[in-house]
Formats: sequence, C-alpha cells, structure tokens
Amino acid sequence: MRVALSVTCINDTMFPGTGQAVVRLLRRLGVDVEFPAAQTCCGQPMVNTGYLDEAVPAVRSYVDAFAGYDAIVTPSGSCAGSARHQHALVGRRASEKGLDRSLEADLADAPPTYELTELIVDVLGVTDVGAYFPHAVTYHPTCHSLRMLGVGDRPLRLLREVRGLRLRELPAAEQCCGFGGTFAVKNSDTSVAMGADKVRHVRSTGAEVLVAGDNSCLMHLGGMLDRQRSGVRVMHLAEVLAATEDAPAEVVR
Amino acid sequence: MTGTFVGMPAFPSAAREALADTQLRHNLAHATGVIRGKRSRLVEEVDADVAGGGAGWEELRLAGAAVKQRALDALASHLEQLEASLTAAGATVHWARDAAEANAVVASVAKAHGADEVVKVKSMVTAEIGLNEALAEEGIAAWETDLAELIVQLGDDLPSHILVPAIHRNRAEIREIFLRKMAAVGRPAPADLTDEPAVLAAAAREHLREKFLRAKVGVSGANFAVADTGTLVVVESEGNGRMCLTLPEVLVSVVGIEKVVPTFAELDPLLRLLPRSSTGERMNPYTSTWSGVTPDDGPQEVHVVLLDNGRSRALADDTGRQALRCIRCSACLNVCPVYERTGGHAYGSVYPGPIGAILNPLLQGTGDEQTDSLPYASSLCGACFEACPVRIDIPEVLVHLRSKVVDSHRGDRVPKPEALAMKGAAWSFADASRLGLVERAAGFSGPFLKRLRRTPLPGAAAWADARDLPVPPKESFRAWWARTDGGRR
Repeated sequence: MRVALSVTCINDTMFPGTGQAVVRLLRRLGVDVEFPAAQTCCGQPMVNTGYLDEAVPAVRSYVDAFAGYDAIVTPSGSCAGSARHQHALVGRRASEKGLDRSLEADLADAPPTYELTELIVDVLGVTDVGAYFPHAVTYHPTCHSLRMLGVGDRPLRLLREVRGLRLRELPAAEQCCGFGGTFAVKNSDTSVAMGADKVRHVRSTGAEVLVAGDNSCLMHLGGMLDRQRSGVRVMHLAEVLAATEDAPAEVVR
Repeated sequence: MTGTFVGMPAFPSAAREALADTQLRHNLAHATGVIRGKRSRLVEEVDADVAGGGAGWEELRLAGAAVKQRALDALASHLEQLEASLTAAGATVHWARDAAEANAVVASVAKAHGADEVVKVKSMVTAEIGLNEALAEEGIAAWETDLAELIVQLGDDLPSHILVPAIHRNRAEIREIFLRKMAAVGRPAPADLTDEPAVLAAAAREHLREKFLRAKVGVSGANFAVADTGTLVVVESEGNGRMCLTLPEVLVSVVGIEKVVPTFAELDPLLRLLPRSSTGERMNPYTSTWSGVTPDDGPQEVHVVLLDNGRSRALADDTGRQALRCIRCSACLNVCPVYERTGGHAYGSVYPGPIGAILNPLLQGTGDEQTDSLPYASSLCGACFEACPVRIDIPEVLVHLRSKVVDSHRGDRVPKPEALAMKGAAWSFADASRLGLVERAAGFSGPFLKRLRRTPLPGAAAWADARDLPVPPKESFRAWWARTDGGRR
C-alpha cells in the first residue's frame, strides 16, 4: 500500500516536528510513508472564511499531489474533515463557475484521506504502537476529529497503551477550545473566553502535557498556557506515539 | 414596552461587551448546563429503549427531519390544503408577505372588536415581526403572559433565548423588576415579595389573571399547523398559553409558512423530539390543539395569518432551506460554546445562537454589517448539528452563508485586508515552490520574532492579546524532508 503523508500547511510551516514524528511512527509500524513535495494546503482556511474561489488552487494542488496513491494520512482531524466534507463543495463551484472545470471529476478519483488515528487503528489494526512516554497527560478531543470525522475513542485507546503514560481525564473535554480558524482573530474575545475555560480545565487535571490531534487548536491553547506561565506543555498526539525508550520525546514546545 | 434590536452593533463588538458581564456569564453557564444535562439524559433514555422495541434517538431525528422536509418540498400545495381545511373549520385565513401586513391584520381584528388590549401566548414569530410595538402605535396594549416574556416586557428588556427569554436574569433581578414595574400596568406585586421562585410565580399569576379574564382578543403563534385537518398546535409549560387560547372571544394566530405539517399523524415524531430537545422533558405539560371554531367552546372568531417575511427567500437557497425545518427548540443554543459565553443579545435578533446565525441572514439576505457578522459568530465546532432534532447541518449553512457574504464584496473597489490575505494565500497554495519561499522567509524571521514576540501578520494583534505567538522553526518540514531524504540521511 502506497501511503502519502499530507503534513498540512501549518505543520509544514510551524510544527515540522509533528510531521517527523508521523514518519518515524508509521515506519515503525511498517508503513514507509511518502511525502509528495507538490502538496500545499487542503484549502480549509479559505473555505471556512467563505473564500471558496480562493480555495480552488489549494484543492487542485491537493488532488494533483496525491493522485495515484492508495491512501492519504494526515495528523489533523480538521484537515481530514476538510478533504472529506468540504472538497466536494469547492469542486462543484470550481466546475460550475469554470474556475477549474475538471476539479469535481478529479476529486471523485482522489484517494481516501485518513486522520492519523483512523489509519493506525482501522487500517493497520494496531492500538499498541510500542510507545513510551513517562508523563502525566490529558487529552483534548478536537471538534472536527470528534464531530466531523467521528474518530471516537481511537486516540484514547492508543494513549492507554503507551508505557509510562499517566492519563488524566479532562473535564468538559468535548467542548470546543475556541480556536476555530479565523474565528480566533475575527472573534478573538469570544475565542479567548472559550480557551480560558478549556485551559482552566486542563490545569485542573494536574497534567504536565496537553495532547491533541490538531496543532491549530494546540497553538491557541499553548499560547494561552504559555502566557499564563502555567508550566503545562502542549504536544501533538503523533509526537507522543512516536516516542520510545530509545528515542524519547523532547517535551519542548 | 419591550425594546428592539434595531441598530445593534456587529457580533464581535456586542460579544465583547457581553463577555465582560460576569453576572451574565454565571447565569448562562449555570442555566445552559442544567438544560444540557436534562436533554442528554433523555436522549440516552430513548436510545436505551431500542432493546424494548423503541426507535433510537437518531431514528427519531431522521423521522422528524423527514416530516419537515416533506412539508417544505411541496410547500405551496400543503399551504393551499391548510387554507382550505382552516376555512372549512370556520377560521378566517389571511396571507401576509411581510411584518407590516401581518401586524396590520392583527391590529384591524382588535379594532373591529373595539379592543385596546390583547393577551399573548409566547411566540417567536410575533417577536420577529415586532407586533407589540406595531400594536402600541395603534393604541393597543399587547400583554405578554409567558412568565419569562412578562419579565422581559416589564423590564424594558430584550429576549436572549428562544425558549427561556429571560435566561440572562437571576431571581433577585426578577424580584426587583416585579416590585418596580407591575403596578404601572396592572395588579402590583405584593410588598413582601421574596425571590423564592414559587413566590415570584404566584405574583405573576395574580397579575396575569386579571388580564386573562378581561381581554377580548388573544394572540398566538403556533408550533405546528396541520394541513389535512386545519389544526394549529401550541406546546407550552405554564398553561398561560391555554388561558389565552380559550378565554378570549377572538383569537388571532400568526403562523410562519414553514410551520406546516402535512398530516396529523406526522406530528408524532415532532411532539416527541421537541420537549426532549427544548426543556429536557419527555412531554411538555400543555399541548393545545384547535381546528377553527368549536361552537360554544373557546373563541368564536378565529383568524390565522400565514406569514412569509423572508421565508420564500430562505426556501430559494438550496443549501440554506434546511433551516426552515427548525422547530424552535433551542437545543443548539444550549450546547453552543459561543452562545454560552456571549448570551443571546449579542446576536442582535429575537433568533439568537447558532440557528439565529443562519436564520437571520437567510430571512433578510446579506448586505447589512450586523447580519453579515452572524455567520462568523461560530467556531464551527459542530455541537449544534449534533443536538439539532431535525438534523439541520448548521455548520454547513454557516460556511455557505460566509461564502455569500464574501461574494457580495467581490466587486468592492477597495478590497478588505482579509480578502487580500486570502488572495495571497491562494497564490502561495497554488504551487508548492511558492509555499516553500514563504516558509523560508518565516524561518529567517524566527529569531527576530522570538525577541519581539509579535508578527507583522494581519490579525496578529487580536491573537497576541491573550495568547503567546508560536515562533516559526528554522527549517520547514519540506526543507527537512529534502535535506535528509525523509530522515534517511
């Protein structure tokens, strides 16, 4: 099976360590993931702000970069949701408006996009990935992974098998953290009010590390935790799962 | 008299003000939390009954959505049937294109009976059309008889929730309002009024009873309008609605055209979904149904005003028309993390929360700054869609309406900074080599930004007010992959 990594624009630009962790983790599980260098962005920032025409070039690059692979894997519930639930909308409009007449048809032939935990649990059939992470951790299920994709408890099943990891339950876990893409700046006061409650719950668990499957949400929450000098770090789930006794994770961010 | 939402600022600034009100935040978090808990226990109960042969919650949602969708798909013929059934049952049917036409009908009916006051059943649609204000201009007083609407009306306030319009008030505030305002419009509150809920309710009962017994004209909306039998349905908790529906000689009901349900039997899933989703009850205490005039029982003159007021516009929108399935349960408000923090006033409409964020632009069209800000008043977390008993995909409609707002500005002579940023993003995402250039520039700026803790990117100030900015790494993922052959070198 030829699996392509869609690293996402935010991880490519801001959090390359997450992409590197995915590569290490999947190789350990026997999947030699490839990185098609023609990829850019799934188009979600434009779509969710209402700029559908501006999303067309990004969706076109997605289709072209991943054509011919058997599957796409991405360390983001949000970007997987965008590929699965929004690309068709952009393709239809691009074809109707003549911006890219073949986009709709090409999308129909695109390989399936899996969020990382879906690929590991459903396709590879693994829950113990051989990870070691001796820290107290709490997990925030991001909205798009939870409600758009329905990843359910897959991330928690993976975390429970990590040696040394002490999982702390997050109160009101399923409530949105307040990031919401451009919502975070267009409605920054409301975004911060939501984030403040999430951060309060995170701190109440006593965890050292807040883990989630989307670095966009973690950028927002990590920014607040840092501003509060809380001492709580944020880490992408892939980085926790990639860590082993031989190659421990650096808890740096 | 109740105020109006006209002239409200756009959502972000209205929200900023609301977020600073700690009492409001406390009242809302408590109230929405209680209703959320009651609702979710009942959903679990319905699902648990599947083993006993019952339909699961999802099956019930699908059934409810299907009934409303059937009604909308052939709306014209169902409405014609409704008109015929109502007329045959002795009701007088009026058609109103907009608020002004509907208000004029109600006013003329009241005047024809020499009435200078009407008693009202709680209704969203009469708030939508500003009926109370329109009647006041004609010298007719409209008395709200729902307890929470009475609190809002006495307090010269605005509703902030569909079901619980005074959700932003606590009982101490309500006691103050009763003591100060009741005397001017009828029976005063007793001087020894406490803030015990039962004592407050008793004061309202005494105050309202005078009005029920005196009024000649009652005004209502309807939760459902059944086409085949000509039956209007009102569901409520207090019984005050039933007083208005049965005591006056004349009854006028204003009904949005989307309230039609094809057949009486199809009320079944809707009457199971609505109370569970709204108040978190298996069944609401009062369900009143009436079909035109019943001789010697209840109002002997019955009018029904079928109102469009933007509904045809919403129906013409392929993606947006699903919003007309809404049964005004307010489950989406109670689960919305934005609503929970800002409350309803920030939405500037009688329809607040996620449903208001789509319904207002769909009914009114885009082009007004306040209305255009509503589709953006959401983090797109999806909790509303999950809770909606008639499966309105609110996030989908929000994104669709955002694109309508953006499209309406495509001809602007001076584009907004946001539009320029999106054009720039489109350019860099069209080609990976362009994105690579942007990333290298970001990497170079990293050490500089680390010292400054700020970036020149648009929106950075709004971000950095309460959140540290991440510093771009020296090397992007794609640069790392190229340099190390994916970590193999």
